[in-house]
Amino acid sequence: MQDAITAEYSGPPKLNYLNNGFTLKSWLLTKDHKRIAIMYLITVSLFFMAGGLYASAIRLELLTPASDLLQTGTYNKVFTQHGILMIFFFLIPSIPAVLGNFILPIMIGAKDLALPRINLLSLYIYWVGGAFTVWALLQGGVDTGWTFYTPYSTTFSNTYVMAVGLGIFINGFSSILTGLNFIVTVHTMRAPGMTWFRLPLFVWAQYATSLVMILGTPVIAITVLLLAIERFARVGIFDPTIGGDPILFQHMFWFYSHPAVYIMILPGMGVISELISNFSRKKIFGYEFIAFSSIAIAVFGFLVWGHHMFVSGQSVYAGLVFSFLTMVVAVPSAIKMFNWTATMYKGSISYDTPMLYGIGFMGLFLIGGLTGLFLGAIGLTVHLTDTYFVVAHFHYVMVGGQVIAYLGGIHYWWPKMTGKMYSEFWGKISAMLVFVGFNLTFFPQFILGYMGMPRRYSYPPEFQVLNIFSTAGASVLGVGLILPLIYLTQSLISGKAAGDNPWMLPGLEWRTSSPPPTENFDVMPVVTWEAYEFGEESGLDLEGARANESVRTV
Amino acid sequence: MAEYEQHDHDHIEHDHMTIPKYIGIFLVLVVGTILTYFAATVDLDFIFPGANTLVALLIAFTKMTCVMLFFMHVYWSPRMIWLSAVASFFWLAIMFSYTMQDYLTRDPGVFSP
Ligand SMILES: [Cu+2]
Repeated sequence: MQDAITAEYSGPPKLNYLNNGFTLKSWLLTKDHKRIAIMYLITVSLFFMAGGLYASAIRLELLTPASDLLQTGTYNKVFTQHGILMIFFFLIPSIPAVLGNFILPIMIGAKDLALPRINLLSLYIYWVGGAFTVWALLQGGVDTGWTFYTPYSTTFSNTYVMAVGLGIFINGFSSILTGLNFIVTVHTMRAPGMTWFRLPLFVWAQYATSLVMILGTPVIAITVLLLAIERFARVGIFDPTIGGDPILFQHMFWFYSHPAVYIMILPGMGVISELISNFSRKKIFGYEFIAFSSIAIAVFGFLVWGHHMFVSGQSVYAGLVFSFLTMVVAVPSAIKMFNWTATMYKGSISYDTPMLYGIGFMGLFLIGGLTGLFLGAIGLTVHLTDTYFVVAHFHYVMVGGQVIAYLGGIHYWWPKMTGKMYSEFWGKISAMLVFVGFNLTFFPQFILGYMGMPRRYSYPPEFQVLNIFSTAGASVLGVGLILPLIYLTQSLISGKAAGDNPWMLPGLEWRTSSPPPTENFDVMPVVTWEAYEFGEESGLDLEGARANESVRTV
Repeated sequence: MAEYEQHDHDHIEHDHMTIPKYIGIFLVLVVGTILTYFAATVDLDFIFPGANTLVALLIAFTKMTCVMLFFMHVYWSPRMIWLSAVASFFWLAIMFSYTMQDYLTRDPGVFSP
């Protein structure tokens, strides 16, 4: 019965990417995309924890209006470093470098990425950039906000601006190389029969992300470099007293950093396309629309950066244009939302842990996206700029969107990556805690911001109640995020074998063993089915297998 | 066809660029740099305001094109590479034009008080 499908392999242990070498060298000098992904996973998680510690410090400080836990200078450093670690060292690499690295080549039936050494190099660059940044933070840190706005960053701040900037500069190359690698891989490494329109939507999303990475990242690298040059050599670039223009910094910074939002969210959307279709066991609605909306987001995402500068002195005409384009860029995201909803309609939905994250994403990202339109409206934004409304908005997109999608993806592919199944019970509990804790943390911040609570410094006493809500929510969120660390680790030790296809899905990654062999497939696959094909065309008896599976209890 | 495949393996680029050609392009770049310097010493605002910037950018653009076409062998590369090169310029143009869209409309006018 089900043993036929999820049976453990009997006989000598099958050689896979994990057990074909145990030395440190076999990891550090590996060219296997799967091992590199695992090393990324560990590093990214460490940065997430460090960023999370800063977040806890912020929430604890904001429990009271007085600055009693952190002194003002320290507080500036804490929120700056929270932002820098989370954005540059967690959000940007997380889905591409961990999930993309691991699963993208398998999804398209390739043995590895097209440029395996470049892949390893990108990991090392990430490590060097990360180590450099951590060193700078330990030396004394930086207090400019993650946006490094001039002239404060070039002229007034006497913290480690250049060192941290250099860390981000170095790290940028890691992201460029990953993007380049994915593009080349999708162009050249697809298995026979894997046409462009048979690619899983996760691959399309990664492809669009990669375009943004290689087109945008050089600009932030150059911007940070110019900032360092001005600080170091007093060349007038951004400082008006020596002939520069501070608004130029904002143009250059946001030319990258708005698209960087899409570097963070697009891969998340790719994961959600997988989850929604697969756990509704229904072919995705409007495949081409979702695929091209990813590309459209990548392109239009470059045309809206001025919406971060409505009140910072850019011309009113530019504000109008950027405001209009911001409304336009919402359309492709909305297309995805509608298509996911239509996919679930009359689907056979199963509420496994990954799907809980998938559904959670849809609700939270909806709120995050729509409040973005509030902020893009050129009139309302004057009231909302630099308030907690902005903080709430981007946390709904970044945490409610990207982090939720990342967690969903981790839970979804965990059995493939490790060959082990985690506790579904604890998975569901933690997904619920994350959802509830997240909303309790950030929804009050919309209200606070609308009422006028500024970001980045203290607030008047009448705002305390909602801030207490927010901090309480953060503790629930914290528990929800620590739980996976425990039960996923525990699953490595005592989890039951997952089998090759625990969710009974048609994708290529579910047609190889778990964990996959170093070559990914024992025989080169030939693709004869469309993406998300649950019927006979998939060549698998998924329904029969699932009927048997339902005998199995949770 | 066979010839093409052979080329593919032998790194065709080396056939197209010889040492004298490399030196030639290098000299073009040096001349461009010197030209940029002298152009900057003359006030060209009598033509139109900001003409100096335009001249400097034109020289820079020419130099960059030389580097890409010959040093980076784009001239002999497949269409996909051409497409990527042109697309990245398009991106740069977006950055410049949308930034200028701000700077050039700062003066009081229809949209500003
Ligand atoms: Cu933006």
